[in-house]
Amino acid sequence: MAAVSSPTSGPDVLAPKQGRVWGKLRRSRAAWIGGSIVGVFVIMALLAPLLAPFDPNKTNFLLIRKPPSALYWLGTDELGRDILSRLFYGARASLMAGVVSVGIAVCVGVPVGLAAGWYGGWLDIIVSRITEALLACPFLILAIAFAAILGPSLSNAMIAIGLSAVPIFIRLARGQAISVKAEDYIEGARAVGVRDSLILIRHLAPNTLPPILVQSTLFMAQAIILEASLSFLGLGQQPPQASWGAMLNTAKNFMEQAPWMSVSPGIAICLVVIGFNILGDGLRDALDPKEA
Amino acid sequence: MSTAQPGSPDSDVILSARHVTRHFGGQRSLFRREPVVRAVDDVSLDIRRGETFAIVGESGCGKSTLARLLLRLIEPDSGSVIFDGRDVTAASPETLRQMRRDMQIVFQDPFSSLNPRMSVGQLVAEPIITHRLASGADVAREVGRMLALVGLLPEHADRYPHEFSGGQRQRIGIARALASRPRLVLGDEPVSALDVSIRAQIINLLEDLKAELGLTMLLVSHDLGVVRHTADRVAVMYLGEIVEMADVERLFERPAHPYTRALMEAIPAQDPAARRDAALLEGDPPSPSAPPPGCRFHTRCPHALALCRTTPPTLDGIGPGHVVACHRASDFPARDVLATVPGNETRQRRIALFAAASNEASRRQPQ
Repeated sequence: MAAVSSPTSGPDVLAPKQGRVWGKLRRSRAAWIGGSIVGVFVIMALLAPLLAPFDPNKTNFLLIRKPPSALYWLGTDELGRDILSRLFYGARASLMAGVVSVGIAVCVGVPVGLAAGWYGGWLDIIVSRITEALLACPFLILAIAFAAILGPSLSNAMIAIGLSAVPIFIRLARGQAISVKAEDYIEGARAVGVRDSLILIRHLAPNTLPPILVQSTLFMAQAIILEASLSFLGLGQQPPQASWGAMLNTAKNFMEQAPWMSVSPGIAICLVVIGFNILGDGLRDALDPKEA
Repeated sequence: MSTAQPGSPDSDVILSARHVTRHFGGQRSLFRREPVVRAVDDVSLDIRRGETFAIVGESGCGKSTLARLLLRLIEPDSGSVIFDGRDVTAASPETLRQMRRDMQIVFQDPFSSLNPRMSVGQLVAEPIITHRLASGADVAREVGRMLALVGLLPEHADRYPHEFSGGQRQRIGIARALASRPRLVLGDEPVSALDVSIRAQIINLLEDLKAELGLTMLLVSHDLGVVRHTADRVAVMYLGEIVEMADVERLFERPAHPYTRALMEAIPAQDPAARRDAALLEGDPPSPSAPPPGCRFHTRCPHALALCRTTPPTLDGIGPGHVVACHRASDFPARDVLATVPGNETRQRRIALFAAASNEASRRQPQ
């Protein structure tokens, strides 16, 4: 395609309005709040070795299940490890599990779903039947199956979680594609003579985005919890390495004797999910031209 | 018809359709076969260069489908469409894509026909860039020129469709349709989604642009007022078939098909006291998935004979450029169905009383 603009050419009519979206994102309160929450946790994860007051994996059988104190701010766990330190290190595994698995699910599921909805016919029938078969399996079973095939490790757990969420995104994207495909402006683009590939990228995909964005942020929470379940089964983060999910999983056995063990990873998961959700809302609004 | 090869570049026919047919449905689902809807059945027509050709009919008669078939936005089952000497129906996808430059469409609903995530500038620039009519700074200049042409400001290029009113959006749609400098523009009910107060503006804009740019217009409408005002020739459709086709004056003055007469008689008269000697159509058109045998109109036709129930009529010429598909067309006296007779005395007196009463009421209101 011909070069659309030169820098001196006044209003650049066809350039994607990145400056505008970015500007709106910076002015958006939701984006700021969500971004700050997520940012804090990302910094926690990155700077864990500097921030953690103790070795997260060092056990001390004299300090088993101690409540929060001046020395151990969030208390200790059932092996006498410092919970605060484990929270910092666990942030790495949990954030990665959330972001990477959602990334995999979106990158695989959305294009396949859009293509199935857009082209229809045999492609749609085949993709839909496979998707339905996969959706019929309980989510956790699917993830366990993938994790078992790939072998036990954190990165394989992320891939497994991502793959097992692919059908959800295929279905969502397919439904969106089918509904947007029926809009007059898609026929309008064909009438203008726009290439099919460009119609898909320029007209169809952007208009299917908002529900996919929301689903992604919601799934982030599920992925963090699912990583915990896989850890519990020995298929995720390998002990003694920490992840929030694994911490929560152990802590549930000591709910009565040591509630602090479950409170801190629980709040951490909660905050990260809220952070991603608010950030997602901000992003959605910034991408929507109808929002001033 | 003037030439042997309609639709060739030098003939005065820009678009020529022959036996165009499109049926929907008919797929075998798990338990039963879907009914076949005969949306457009064996339609042939010629559109002359520079004219405004209107297709009218009730909703569901297939007029929008026919228009889309002519532009091959819907694939025909059979038949051919020749545009300017080139076969639209046989064109490869890439050839067709390039041919689209010459045939554009203005949609009915200005709210759903513009991508909400593209700015007005992007929308109007898309056809220009797609067909490489300009590059670099010229694109923006061309967009500004198109916007000015339809009565918008070049500054509007940075705004988004939702910031505009229905009439303004339709102007954007027109700018987008004209940006690739087409030769044929299809208006698919271009004003029926708009407020009555701005319909005239948009219709006049289309007429002005047509004259200015030397366009040919294909107008799909159920609004006979608009058709009479703008069209040069009119085709009347009923249940997927053309039942009558003529020049606009002739069609409105001497409608030959009973269906066309009924449509004309349904136009409200301007004088409230006047009455028309009219028998309005009753009932709905039959389902296009099970069209009646013989003449498709016989179920609602006040003049139907036994012949009409068994034998489909053919489109036959009954005057210069005037064809009609009716067995009894020659039986009807030519008369102006739009002529009104003054209402009877009671009616006129009632209307006069009403006018007096409302005058009285408006005079008293200030106190």
